[in-house]
Amino acid sequence: MTIQEAQEKIIEEFSLLDGDMEMSNVYLMELGQKLPDYPEDKRDEEHIVKGCQSKVWLNAKLDDGKVVYEADSNTAITKGLVSLLIRVFSDQTPEDILNADLYFAEKIGMNRFIGTQRSNGFGAMIKQMKLDAMVLQKVSN
Amino acid sequence: MSVDTASKSIDIKYIRDQFPVLDQLVNNKPLAYFDNAATTQKPKQVTDSIEHYYSRDNANIHRGIHTLAERATTAFESTREVVQKFINAPEKEEIIFTKGTTDSINLLASSYGRKFLSEGDEVIISAMEHHSNIVPWQLICEEKGAKLRIIPVNDKGEMDFEAYKSMLSDKVKIVSVVYASNSLGTINPVKQIIEEAHKFNAVVMIDGAQAASHLPLDVQELNCDFLAFSGHKMYGPTGVGILYGKRELLESMPPYQGGGEMISEVTFEKSSWNDIPYKFEAGTPNIADVVALKEAISFIDRVGKENIMRHEMELHDYAMEKLSKFENIKFYGTAAEKVGVISFLFDNIHPFDIGQMLDSAGVAVRTGHHCTQPLMDLFNIEGTVRASFAVYNTKEEVDAMIASLEKVVKIFG
Repeated sequence: MTIQEAQEKIIEEFSLLDGDMEMSNVYLMELGQKLPDYPEDKRDEEHIVKGCQSKVWLNAKLDDGKVVYEADSNTAITKGLVSLLIRVFSDQTPEDILNADLYFAEKIGMNRFIGTQRSNGFGAMIKQMKLDAMVLQKVSN
Repeated sequence: MSVDTASKSIDIKYIRDQFPVLDQLVNNKPLAYFDNAATTQKPKQVTDSIEHYYSRDNANIHRGIHTLAERATTAFESTREVVQKFINAPEKEEIIFTKGTTDSINLLASSYGRKFLSEGDEVIISAMEHHSNIVPWQLICEEKGAKLRIIPVNDKGEMDFEAYKSMLSDKVKIVSVVYASNSLGTINPVKQIIEEAHKFNAVVMIDGAQAASHLPLDVQELNCDFLAFSGHKMYGPTGVGILYGKRELLESMPPYQGGGEMISEVTFEKSSWNDIPYKFEAGTPNIADVVALKEAISFIDRVGKENIMRHEMELHDYAMEKLSKFENIKFYGTAAEKVGVISFLFDNIHPFDIGQMLDSAGVAVRTGHHCTQPLMDLFNIEGTVRASFAVYNTKEEVDAMIASLEKVVKIFG
């Protein structure tokens, strides 16, 4: 699945929720719960995403030329948000991640239901994921 | 008349009609505003008063010879008399207008503390104080070499009165405690606290921010030396607060801030101070909001504090009954004497998630440490979810909160 296809899938799923914020939050929490367990040895200061209100840990590794992300959060809705980004970015090449046009958040009206503070945190997660991709790109070259 | 005092029930529709802000959808759901301990909504008579003031009477107060200055001054000073009656203060000059409770306590700590605290003296506060009744005392104690001592709180969130008594000595110069806790809802036995402190000639400051809208505030009956509270937590405007102080104490205190209004004469060599209350009201005050504060008091008086309290506690008890049915819930603050505040946590759900989920259902609660970090440390938690009730809340709103919580709990079940 390409980055664009993953985004379209998310947009489609959220369109079924019809803008209902309560249902959207429930859905996010459920998505977060489905994330694989985060490696305990990566739960440290180094892996904390700076700029998030909640605690978010993010780890990126290279597998066969593609970036694999792992993440966790102390709050369930934020974990759901980061799980969306993992769906979009994980298993993609560093080049594709760095060149990606990320439009799904706006399409599903993310700002409307996460508020400005979490919106900034969401931006911080994207930035960190791209930074990690950049580092891994250099390693792989 | 809105209140049927005989049956002791309030006409909720009449009350809600006075708060236009309540009549709106938030995230497509009817707003249920349970963040009243942070700030209450304002009835129309308060907002009308602000609008009227700026539309008709606006002028700088005192010393103006023209008609508008006279009108503005009369409107401003009449609030002082209304506040005097509201707390049964002996004299209107004992009412000082401030920006809010925080400002009132800073004034007191800075002015009284600077003059009367010395090295080795002690100031007593409790473990359930708001940061605004901790930090000003920390600052002045540090400056004067005085010691800040803390009355312990038990698991229910009640003050340890025996421990308090044992802390009192001739070294204690100031006791500053909260009447009702903002994060737990505990009502403290302030009258007894004051009595005990006076045996050692310590002065007592009562933080009445969470009490003013629903608990009796009679400074003569309590015999408190100082009382601080805010307009915005009692259906009044933000940016206006009160510091009451006994005349002889206020007169003995040096000015807090310098500027216009607070002087009687200024030369470059030396200035002399105006009488109380003006000595403590430097600069142009928040005239419009002070004027409107009396409308908030008029609203409270008309509905009746007892009726407000009874209504809020009915909602508190109703919500407690429903919330208690959740398996993994834990309550913080289960004192015998409480105001309508419920602080809770679920074992496995972060308070941020609860707060956001409730918001998406139109329910406004507060999540976090509620500016009482030391108290949260005591319970070994980062914060709680807090629902706090006001006179305009309804059981239907409580039901909306419960329904949304059920959805969250199901996910984590």
